[in-house]
Parts: sequence; structure tokens; C-alpha cells
Amino acid sequence: MSTRLAKGGRFTDRSKQIGFTFNGKRFTGFAGDTLASALLANDQMLLGRSFKYHRPRGLVASGAEEPNALVGLGQGARFEPDQRATTTELFDGLVADSQNHWPSLEFDVGEVNAALARFLPAGFYYKTFLWPRAFWKHLYEPVIRQSAGLGKAPHPEVRDADRYEHFHAHVDLLIVGGGVAGLQAAKAAGAAGAQVLLIEQGAHWGGRVPVDGGSIDGMAPEDWVTKTVAELEAMDNVRLRLRCMGAGVYDHGYALGYERVTDHKPGARGPRHRLWRIRCKQILAATGAIERPLSFAGNDVPGVMLASALRDYVVNYGVSAGDRTVVVTNNDDGYRTAIALKQAGLDVPAILDARPLGGGALMGEARALGIRVEPGRGIAKVLGGKRVTGVATCLQAGEGAVLEEIPCDAVAMSGGWSPVVHLWSHCGGKLAWDEAGAFFRPDPSRAPTGADGAPFVSVAGAANGAFHLSDTLAEAEKAAVAAAEALGHKASEAAPQAEATKEAPLAPVWLMPQGAHAGLRMKAFLDYQNDVKVSDVQLAAREGYESVEHTKRYTTLGMATDQGKLSNINGLAVLSDALGTPVPQVGTTTFRPPYTPISFGAIAGEARGEIFQPLRRTPMHDWHESNNAAWEPVGHWRRPYCYPRPGETKHDAVKREIKSTRQSLGILDASTLGKILVKGPDAGRFLDMMYTNMMSTLPVGKCRYGLMCSENGFLMDDGVVVRLSEDSWLCHTTSGGADHVHAHMEDWLQCEWWDWKVLTTNLTEQYAQIAVVGPNARNLLEKLGGMDVSKETLPFMQWADGTLADTPVRVYRISFSGELSYEIAVPANRGRAFWGKLLEAGAEWNITPYGTEALHVMRAEKGFIMIGDESDGTVIPQDLGLSWAISKKKEDFLGKRAQAREDMARGDRWQLVGLETLDGTVLPDGAYAIAPGRNANGQRNVQGRVTSTYWSPTLEKGIAMGLVKHGPERMGEVLAFTAEDQDPTDEKPSVVEARIVSPVFYDPEGEKQNV
Amino acid sequence: MSEVMAPMQGAHSDGLVEIEALPPLGQIALRCEFSDDYRAKLTGLLGLGFPEPLKATAEGERALLWMSPDELLLLLPYDEVPGMLARLEETFPNWILLAADVSDMRAHFRLRGPHLRDVLSKITPADMAPGAFAPGDLRRSRLAQVAAGFWLRGPEEAQVFVFRSVADYAFRAMSVAAEPGGEVGFHPA
Amino acid sequence: MLSLHCPCCGIDAAEIELAPGGEAHLKREGPGSSDADFETYLFTRDNPRGVVLERWRHAYGCGKWFLAARDSVTMEVYGTYAAQTHSPPQEILDRIARRHPDRAQSA
Repeated sequence: MSTRLAKGGRFTDRSKQIGFTFNGKRFTGFAGDTLASALLANDQMLLGRSFKYHRPRGLVASGAEEPNALVGLGQGARFEPDQRATTTELFDGLVADSQNHWPSLEFDVGEVNAALARFLPAGFYYKTFLWPRAFWKHLYEPVIRQSAGLGKAPHPEVRDADRYEHFHAHVDLLIVGGGVAGLQAAKAAGAAGAQVLLIEQGAHWGGRVPVDGGSIDGMAPEDWVTKTVAELEAMDNVRLRLRCMGAGVYDHGYALGYERVTDHKPGARGPRHRLWRIRCKQILAATGAIERPLSFAGNDVPGVMLASALRDYVVNYGVSAGDRTVVVTNNDDGYRTAIALKQAGLDVPAILDARPLGGGALMGEARALGIRVEPGRGIAKVLGGKRVTGVATCLQAGEGAVLEEIPCDAVAMSGGWSPVVHLWSHCGGKLAWDEAGAFFRPDPSRAPTGADGAPFVSVAGAANGAFHLSDTLAEAEKAAVAAAEALGHKASEAAPQAEATKEAPLAPVWLMPQGAHAGLRMKAFLDYQNDVKVSDVQLAAREGYESVEHTKRYTTLGMATDQGKLSNINGLAVLSDALGTPVPQVGTTTFRPPYTPISFGAIAGEARGEIFQPLRRTPMHDWHESNNAAWEPVGHWRRPYCYPRPGETKHDAVKREIKSTRQSLGILDASTLGKILVKGPDAGRFLDMMYTNMMSTLPVGKCRYGLMCSENGFLMDDGVVVRLSEDSWLCHTTSGGADHVHAHMEDWLQCEWWDWKVLTTNLTEQYAQIAVVGPNARNLLEKLGGMDVSKETLPFMQWADGTLADTPVRVYRISFSGELSYEIAVPANRGRAFWGKLLEAGAEWNITPYGTEALHVMRAEKGFIMIGDESDGTVIPQDLGLSWAISKKKEDFLGKRAQAREDMARGDRWQLVGLETLDGTVLPDGAYAIAPGRNANGQRNVQGRVTSTYWSPTLEKGIAMGLVKHGPERMGEVLAFTAEDQDPTDEKPSVVEARIVSPVFYDPEGEKQNV
Repeated sequence: MSEVMAPMQGAHSDGLVEIEALPPLGQIALRCEFSDDYRAKLTGLLGLGFPEPLKATAEGERALLWMSPDELLLLLPYDEVPGMLARLEETFPNWILLAADVSDMRAHFRLRGPHLRDVLSKITPADMAPGAFAPGDLRRSRLAQVAAGFWLRGPEEAQVFVFRSVADYAFRAMSVAAEPGGEVGFHPA
Repeated sequence: MLSLHCPCCGIDAAEIELAPGGEAHLKREGPGSSDADFETYLFTRDNPRGVVLERWRHAYGCGKWFLAARDSVTMEVYGTYAAQTHSPPQEILDRIARRHPDRAQSA
């Protein structure tokens, strides 16, 4: 059984007990434990079930590479699935639950899948569920959905209780990994004067070396680490960050760090996670290496662990995974575990070394401790189901004939080490195969390059395949000095002296025993989480999957949450063997960020709740809000859609707002309309290019409705243009269009006509703009007093500066409703007060604030187009009956050439008409007018569509606008439009009949607005 | 309630930095060539030094901010704007210059405190390190999802401005970034 | 995420401070141009693997447009330059030629 040893544990503080719960059972651990070490100390070896076969799964590793020990962590608003127990620091009150089992962890119904394993080979799902097709929807999909997914998603209505943030850091050198290589590199680069950020994913500095032994500058590694960290902390130009993982490396020296700020102390003030958005000139990856499992039958039975992990639990946490541990290895490092266990007073019945002649000096050390070493041996199979009970040994060179059964309760396996090359690879760094060490390492001749074309990522230490301590440190020093020099600093190398036992070479072992028969290969797991076995990869190869990327997707090898950290090299070596192609030719799959999963909260940062996205508010926003406005998003603006009164529906409110406005007086907050000032000697000429109509001839004091097209000829924006003075114009744009139109103008001025003397500025937000609309509009302004707004002084389509009610104003006589209407611009800081004055003075005329829906209905009653309704990026002004607004005199304007294209000039384009249903109802929005016959896809032909459709309270019937083929020539004709929710392939779709009429439904002579 | 209300006027939050919305501030957008003759006339009229690129000059209640290679933002008391516009008109008759009252268009906030650089680094990609952003410097960049200007007025004081429609958003985003417990300790305090 | 030096204000701007504007140095074809020339102007883009000359606007900064010579594969930036030109400056052409000797003529 696994247990807490009487002493030991570098990280644990035995004076501080910590209570936690796993699957409802209460346990205790110590401060400094991870959830994994605390569970192991409580003999909780079984931690979950695998994905496909629901096989029992226990801890395999001690760090970020752990594929099995995934738990649901926390409860309610703090619940999160798929958290690795090995990287979860224990805290008081922690609640964890195992995943992927039903009804219980110990007894799982899905385990029958394991019994059926031989019928569930690679590609099983692809092959099986293809046919019959009808089974998919009602049988296969529900069953698969029920069993798919690892862990359970948080409840959709629960909101994460924590907060998250980003942090933008700019540094010279980012060093990822706080082992001895990272520390030494930071020291060297820091001493050279570079701005350094050193980040470490774990809670401790020093990495593996304090566990693995050796000496640095005559000191125990642990002491050297303490001393070096203190030295780094004293440097102003070096920043250190624990619990901060290097998640990804991107173009131009951009990198992401994922800091878990308060995961280990929940309830603490502050953000839970912080996403570091780092821009640096150089990156040094000192990310270490990950030990590989060995592929033998039963290597997934709980109790079979990586040799280094067993050693970590003993040394770092004072926890043993078992009393009797058999070590199986193909290299010398595995012996370190045997020695550590023995020194902790545990039994190591045998070391099985797959190498025919065994190892070097460490083998001698182990033998000297009295440990039995069996060279040339391997494991034929592991005995036990939910827990290891022993191993059957065999010759590595054979086919698995059992030589001996050794009782034990843990197995330590070591298949050699693979450098963590992820950060090197994220941004294009290539790898080279190291034959001697049997691993991929960064190829320095094919480094990721930055904006200047020079390499910007380097790698040092075990991440570069430098495993011996003195090499690790020397390399780190060299890489840091090179990086500092690339940054323009002077540096001199001074690597510390290190000593560690020399290791004999490993022998690559991709299958144990090498001739294992099919029965064994079917139980030799590569990917523990996704249940991919040696036999699956071999099957994929036999079925013709030669590319490693295809094999990955077919077998799901490396597609689990651990992204193949343990399985990739073993898997592709098996593939290489099956294909008879050398490993380097088979290649690796692509390494993509993040290195380990990061939280959605960290990605979102502060963008949640009220500040999920910026909402633009007009100066009168607070009034709208306190007067029960129903909101409509217009770009990022929030505009009142209508103002329902108690007991009113939105529809009722819109009707009331329109009637009041048409009969007496309404006001609209029109502040969101774009307002762009264009000034200069060439401003008139410039606007003649921007607009389809002539703006240079507009007299000072007058307003003109203008259309703006793209170079494609399509209608882009519209609005009223105002001539302010001899050399300045104010261009109104649509609410959503202001920024875009301003950028569009600047684009042409800066990039095409840069010698034209024109200056622009976007004044949209300088003014609160209020439309005062209705037969009593003039009465209201005259009551406010301060300027002459009579028909004679201020006729339709003119403007004037003045004051109203002691407020400086600019008044435009323009109308989008067809009524007598003034749009009044006041400085935005005075907008709220002026709005109040209008409401107060207008009370005697039942002044009625109206929203965007009333605005839309009233403009449709008048046949005015709306950008985005009547236009959709494929419509030219000529389609909309706006030819009158297109200058024939101008030689050029944006869109003119395009409008001369054959397709634009053809006679049968769909054109704007009004539409009225025969029964007075409202046509469905977007409905198509049906034409005889069917197209090549069997759909009904069409001859037009509805672009705007409303209930008109003024006319008390449905009105609509639409684009219809030859429309204006077909007045009075009745068309059939598709009713709502119609399938166009239906034989006899139900239709709504509507008559083509003039689009101007209300006051066609314009008598009301021109009074 | 005064008739003249700056966006978010009176808003104040006190976390890792103190954030307050400033009362109405006179602002004039100036666009013109930055040639010697324009510089000389402008500095003469305003009594302010002409700012270097990415910097601002200030004197009493007036300041001149370099916004782009052909745009300045003049800050002055709110009530002085009409008079200043008239004087600009007189000083530059028939010159190619755009001077517009933009006093109501932007919201200004004052941020103060030792954690200033760390707090700003949470919401802007601009480099807030002392070596890259010194007192007197002006940087236009992003504040979370909106455009903003950052003017460092002293070692621990910045003036941040955004368009008025997003003043509420900016205030909230800055306040969240300044919530206690979020100390980073990256920039020297 | 790219970082480009804005030649207008001197800031090294992050990609999230910039707005892209497509291919640079297009020659506008107005009224009177042939259908073929107009089509080329509106629609035909090289989009090469390798050296691209493109338009960027420092949208969250000084608001100015500038041009960049960049490698679409390696992301190497050969230089950024003023939008008010009809071709890249010689020093940028030289830098491109050093990296792509075969392209020296056409650049």
C-alpha cells in the first residue's frame, strides 16, 4: 500500500495538517502537499477511469505530464473539471471528485468496454457508426454523447465566482523554467544587465536536481538553489515568478504566461489566474525533460508509475507509493529511484534492466545497497487489476515467456527522458533526432526567427538534451550569455562547477519484451487517458496510416488533455517500427500552445459581466435607463428601442410613440449619428469624390442628403452633409458608420490623395444631438426662445447656430420622419440638461421620447432607406431609386467606375418598391417573392425579397419595402412571398400575397416636413 | 445638477491606485503641419512649448499634447475655449489649420498611487516600464478594448483619456484592474 | 502576434493596436479604365508566400496609415515606411534582396 513515511518531504510541513475531501471521504495531508501526494499518502491509488475502456487509473507522474489523475475540483461557482491532482496544491477544505465513472469509482459499469477491448480497436467509432445512416440520430449519437467527454462541464447557469486578469510585460529576456538551468541562466543574463523575467510553473525553484543529487560549487543542489534565488531576488533587473507556466510562444517575441495566483489559497483577495502577455526580445526555454513510460502489458495498472515520480513522492513529500517496488528501466536514471527507495527504508525486490549488460556506476551503487539487479530482463506482464500485486519477468530479447513472478505493490518504470521542446516548436523551431539518447531535441540550425530574421528562442539544460548536471549548467550559462550579447550586453561565462554520477548509455526500448505477442501488445498502453495501445498504432500502420498526423487522429494517440506528453515518442517509435521507417522520417506531430490547458477565465481576463465588452453610452443614457428604455444594440452603442410604460408591451409603446410624434411632438436621442468635420482648400473636391452627389456646390448654411459608395459601387453609408463655412463641411454618418467612414476618409487622404489640402476630425462624441419632431416642434423651440426658427429664417434643409433656453445650439432643419423636424446639436456635457429642458417645456404638447423602432417605422412610412436594411453590401444606389442623388456631371467619385460595369447597368436588377399585403398583415422580414420554376438545387426560383417590414400605426396596416425584379415597372402587381419557416424545397409552400406599391406610404408630397 | 456635466463626473474609486473622473476640461483639437512657422505661431499664442513626438508640455492649467504627426490636443479651462478658438482664427487667417472644440468629446481620469504602472499594465499593451514611459510622455494605445491616451504627469500620477461614450467602461475596467489583492510587483513601486 | 514599428509616430505597435489594410501600392483605376484594369485593381491580389508589401493603420495610436514589407512565411519584417510613396525605399529593397537573391529584380 501507499503511505506517508515516518520522515522526509522537502516540500511538506508536518506541523501543519490540512483537511480535504475526495469522493466525499475526508482525508488529511500536510501543508506543501499536492492533492496527488496527499491522496497517495492516504493509500488512494485509484483516482479515475480511462476514457474508452473505463479501466482503473492511478497516478503515473508527479507533474504537468500526468495523464490519469484528473479530478473535478471545487463546488458550485468554483467547480472546475479535469484538474490535475499532481499540480494542484493542497489547501484546507479542498473538495475533489473523481471523473469518468458510473456509478462509482470502485465499480464501473463501463468497464465492460475493457472486456470488449479486442472488439474496440483503433478507428472503431469511425468504422462502426458510419452505417446505417438512420441509426446516427436516434441511437449512435445519444449513446456517444452520454459517454463522451472527460469530466463534466460546470452548470450553464453558474457564474465563476473568481476574477481573472491580464498583465502586459515587456522584457529583454524571458526564461521559462526555474530549475537549475533557468536559475543559472537568469543569474548570468541578469549580471550582464538584461531585463529578465524568469517564470516557473511549479511552486518551488530548483526543478529535479535537488531530488536527483550531485553537487554544485561544492554545495548540495538545494543549498545552491536557495543561494541563487536570493542573489536573483537582489537584482533589480530580474523578476521571478513561481506558479507561472510558459504557455506559448508566438510571432515577434510574444509569449503567454499562465500564473495561478490564488489557486492554492482560495478565498484570498485578488485574481485567481493572471495571463501574462509578454513581449520580449529573446526567449530561453529551460523547461527540462519528461520521463517516458515503458510499453509492457499491464503498464496501466494502478501502482505502475514513472520511476522519477516515485522518487519525487518519497523525497519531496515523504510518501511511498508501495512497500515493495520493482524497478524496470532501460537507462541508469531508473537506478536513482531504486536507491532513493532503499535509502528511505523501502523494499526494492529487483531492478529489471532491459540492457543486456545493465548500467554503469549507479548500478554498482544499487548493488552495493543489496538490491538485486537483473540485466537483459523486462516485464512480461503486470499482475493485479485495481492495484499491482506483482510482475511476471521475461527476457527483453524474447517473446514474453515468464521467467519468474515477483510480488510487489508498485512498479517504477523508466524508458529514458524526452526534452520538453514545446516552446521551441510553437513558433516554428524544428527538431533533430538524437540517436544516442533516443529523443528529439531542438535543431539549432532551424530555430524560430523573429521580426529581424534572427533566432529568438534558445534552449538550455535537459530541454536541450543536456542531462548531466555539469552540462546542464554550462549550457545554461552559454545560452544566457549568447542571449545577453544578442541584446547588446557584455557578458562573460562563469558556469559553476558541478558534479554528478556519470551515466552509461541507454538502450531504446519501444516494446517490452521486444517480441511481445499480440496478447501482450493489446495490454501495453501508450496513451493512458485515451486508451491507445501498441496494437492500435500497429493496426493503424497496417491499414495504411503512414503519416504521424493521420495516425494520431485515427487512434487518438496524444489527443487527450495531456497532449501526448508521455505517449508521443513511444507511439511514433512504434509507428516507425511498424512502417519500417526510421523515427526522424516519421517525424512528430505539431506542438501547439498552450503547454498545459489554461483556464477560460484567464483568457477572458477582465472582460466579463458589466465590462464583457464596451457599451457606448450617449449623454442621455442615464435618463433612458431610469425611464425604462428597452435597449437595442447599434454597434457598441445602446440605444433605446422604445420606452414601455407600466402595462405596455414594446409593441404598444412603439405605437404610442409614433402616434404622439405624428400628432403632436416627439423627441429622439440621435447623439449616436456620426459627425465628421472636413476642412481645407480641397475639402469640396474631396467630398465630391467621397459622395455620389455634388457637395462642393452646397451653399454655406444648407444641408444635403448624401450617399457614399465603396469602390465596388455598393452603397456604404448615407447621411446629411452640412456646409459650415467656405472651407468646412460637417458630414453626418449612420450610427454604426462613424468610425468606419472617418477611417475611410483618412485612408483616401493619407494613401491616395496625400497632396490634397484637407483636414478631418471625428466630432461624433462632441455633441448630444436631439431630434425634435412633430407638428408642435416649432412651438416648443419658440417657447424655449433664443433664436428665430421660423420657416422664413430657417427653412427645410438649412441650419443655424444660436441659443435655445440659454444653451448654445446648432439647429438643422432636417427630417427622417416626414414631420416638421429640427435636429439640435448641443455640447455633450450639456446634453442631459438640455434634454430635461425639452421635456419640461414640451409637457403641454405631450412631448414623447421615442426610440429606434418608432424611428424605423416612421422612416419606412416615408419610404426612406436604412443602411443595413435596404442595403447589404450588394446593393447600389440605383437599385434603391436614388439615381437622383448620383451626380451625372462629376467625372469621378468612389464607385462611379464600378457602377458602369455591365452587371450594375443591366436592366433586370432587383429594385426598391413598397409592398402591402392584401390582408393588411405584416410581411415576414426577409421573405422571398416566389417566381415560377425551380433552380438547379430544386429550390423555388425567386424574384425579390423583403428588406423592411413593419406594422404602421399611422396607416393601421402592414407596410414593407423590398427589392423586386423590374419592381418599379410592376406597380399594382401581386407577388407571392414565402410565409415564415418555409422549407424552400417544399412542393407547395404556404405564401403571403402582397401588392407592389410606391415605397412612400405617407405624405408623398412632403407637405408635413416643409412647413 | 449643473448644466455642464463631464462624463462620469464625480466618479471615484480607491484601490491599488486612486482613480477620479475629472470635471469639465476645455479641449481643442488642432490639426496642421508641424512646420516651423506653425510651431512658432502656436507656441507664441499658447505660451506653451511645442511638444516633442509622444510627449506633452504643460504650464499651469494649459497643456499641449502630441497626438499624431499633424494633430495636437490643447487642454485649457472649459470656459476659455470660445476665446481661444477666436484667437486661433485671428492668428491663422487663411492658414491650413483645423481647430475644433472637442471639450465634450473625451473623458479624462486622474490615476495616482505607487502601483500605477502595474495597474496600467493590466489593461494596456503599451510598455509602462520607467525606461519606456517617463513623466511627460504621452502614449496612445488601448485600454482593455477601447482606444485611450495615457499621459504620465508625474512618477505616480497619470491622466488617462477615452472617448466619452466609453467613459463608464473605462472607469470600471481601470477600477477592476486596481482591485486590492491584485498587486503584481512587476514595475518598481 | 506581430509587432510593427509605426514610422509615423515611432512606436513599436502590437498587432492589437493596428488595423490591417491589405496589399500596398495598388494603382487606382477610375472612370474610363478598361474592365480588365478595373478588375485587377479591385480584385486581383498576389497573396504570395514570401515577401508582401502591405498597408497597416496605427488605429489605436496616432491613426496614421503606413506600409510594411514583411515575409508572410517567416514573419520577418524588412521595414516599415511612409504610405505616401509608390514603392518601398531602397534600403528595404536591399534588405529583401539580401534575403531573397532570386527576387532582387522583381521587387
